[in-house]
Amino acid sequence: MTQPDPATTYAPPPEGHVSHSRLERVLRSGRFAITAELNPPDSADPADVYEAAQPLSEVVDAINATDASGANCHMSSIGISALLTRAGYSPVYQISCRDRNRIAIQGDVLGAAAMGVSNVLCLTGDGVGVGDQPGAKPVFDFDSISLLRTIRTMRDEKVFLSGRKITNPPQLFLGAAENPCIEPHDWRPDRLAKKIKAGAEFIQTNYIYDIPLFEKFMARVRDLGLDKQVYILPGVGPLASARAARWMRSNVPGIHIPDDVIKRMEGAEKPGAEGKKICIELIQQIREIAGVSGVHVMAYRKEHQVSEIIHESGILGTRIK
Amino acid sequence: MYRLRLFAIRHSRAFEWIYRRVEQTLVAMDPLFARIGYERVERPVALVEKAVKTVLFDCKMCGQCVLSSTGMSCPMNCPKQLRNGPCGGVRPGAYCEVKPEMKCVWALAWDGASRMKNGSQITEVLPPVERNLEGSSSWLRVSREKAVHLREAREARRTTIAMAFSGARKVEPSTAPLVEEPEAAHRDVTIDPPAGAKADVKGDKT
Repeated sequence: MTQPDPATTYAPPPEGHVSHSRLERVLRSGRFAITAELNPPDSADPADVYEAAQPLSEVVDAINATDASGANCHMSSIGISALLTRAGYSPVYQISCRDRNRIAIQGDVLGAAAMGVSNVLCLTGDGVGVGDQPGAKPVFDFDSISLLRTIRTMRDEKVFLSGRKITNPPQLFLGAAENPCIEPHDWRPDRLAKKIKAGAEFIQTNYIYDIPLFEKFMARVRDLGLDKQVYILPGVGPLASARAARWMRSNVPGIHIPDDVIKRMEGAEKPGAEGKKICIELIQQIREIAGVSGVHVMAYRKEHQVSEIIHESGILGTRIK
Repeated sequence: MYRLRLFAIRHSRAFEWIYRRVEQTLVAMDPLFARIGYERVERPVALVEKAVKTVLFDCKMCGQCVLSSTGMSCPMNCPKQLRNGPCGGVRPGAYCEVKPEMKCVWALAWDGASRMKNGSQITEVLPPVERNLEGSSSWLRVSREKAVHLREAREARRTTIAMAFSGARKVEPSTAPLVEEPEAAHRDVTIDPPAGAKADVKGDKT
């Protein structure tokens, strides 16, 4: 397919699409999409970004550039996204509402789109208290849902929130997060519906380790017909050890790991290998659940492992990269 | 205060009813407020509103109250001040990510909304908070907007009747049967009312 290079030229998206995103094309064509998270470097050297992106680029449709996740300071998501588009990779530009207000965010959205970014993931963001600089001022001018609606308005109505015109609107495939295994379980699907209403076109979830709970969530999602309105990519990731899993569970917001998974990690001779095995099994189980459109792999500081996990899980199938 | 807030959410349906009555009363008082001047009643009403809502809902006087869309659980008590929550960090037992000793404001909101008559309002996407409205009376703004809206609707109808029955206008004012007008007629009247009709409406007002 000869597409104009979105990193350097402004052109309308393909018919029936909202963006030039590869992820959007894959999802709309009904293929099982794969995304993965890139761990941002604590460095100003672009080589560090490319080093982390390289193993991912071979196996994924889009690479997520995190926006100070866990309220820890790293290279910015917009910087990483720009570097990735320069190299021809397709980033998912994550925007958290924690650190910037509506003026900054709307400007950054235009900037990112101009640099060739075609996917965004709208997040509320973790509280500053859990991060490395707990004294920072939390902003939260938007929440993830009002942010979605704002970017959709910029894209479709061609105006800023103020009503001022945008001559060439950003062409972005809009994503949001969901955390199906966290309370209030009963209302999570309803909030997902709200995200769709606000403009979400794809969903990447937080880590799923509890398949029965996730299946229950998906059953409700299907009952509401939401799986037909949005592409859902459940999040998975390898655990390093039982200790790390326990630490994550009690220190990282929004992570639910059932006891039997931790027990399995404890009983393993090689916890690292067991963590990877669990992750592969999770991917295979998740793939069988109706309404799932892909998978999102998050491996903290282990980009090389992502490639192995994806290959070994068999989800690439007959795909020629 | 926290306990009272939980109480209000538990009885969200009753508070929803009370809230509607308060609103209706304020809407009914619009002519009086308009005569005194809204800018002059703003301060006393805001003071009363603050006192009542602080006790009941831990109100932060954001100036754009959305309690009836959030199960009577004030979203300004969410440490992230989300208007469309909950976030993904809720702790086991539905406790807050940032303040672990507090129940998640938004878990409570969905719960409260499920008991309310118009609870489905919680599914509406709410806009971000306008910080420049902080401290102003939300009650007054909402009731004033509603009063203006009602007045406009009423006057549009009256104008139409006045145009159709110009002679009868003064003797049968608002009690005249309100027939739905075809859209085209409506448009003509609202955009460019005939001089006579306009004068009639003005005469009716004074």
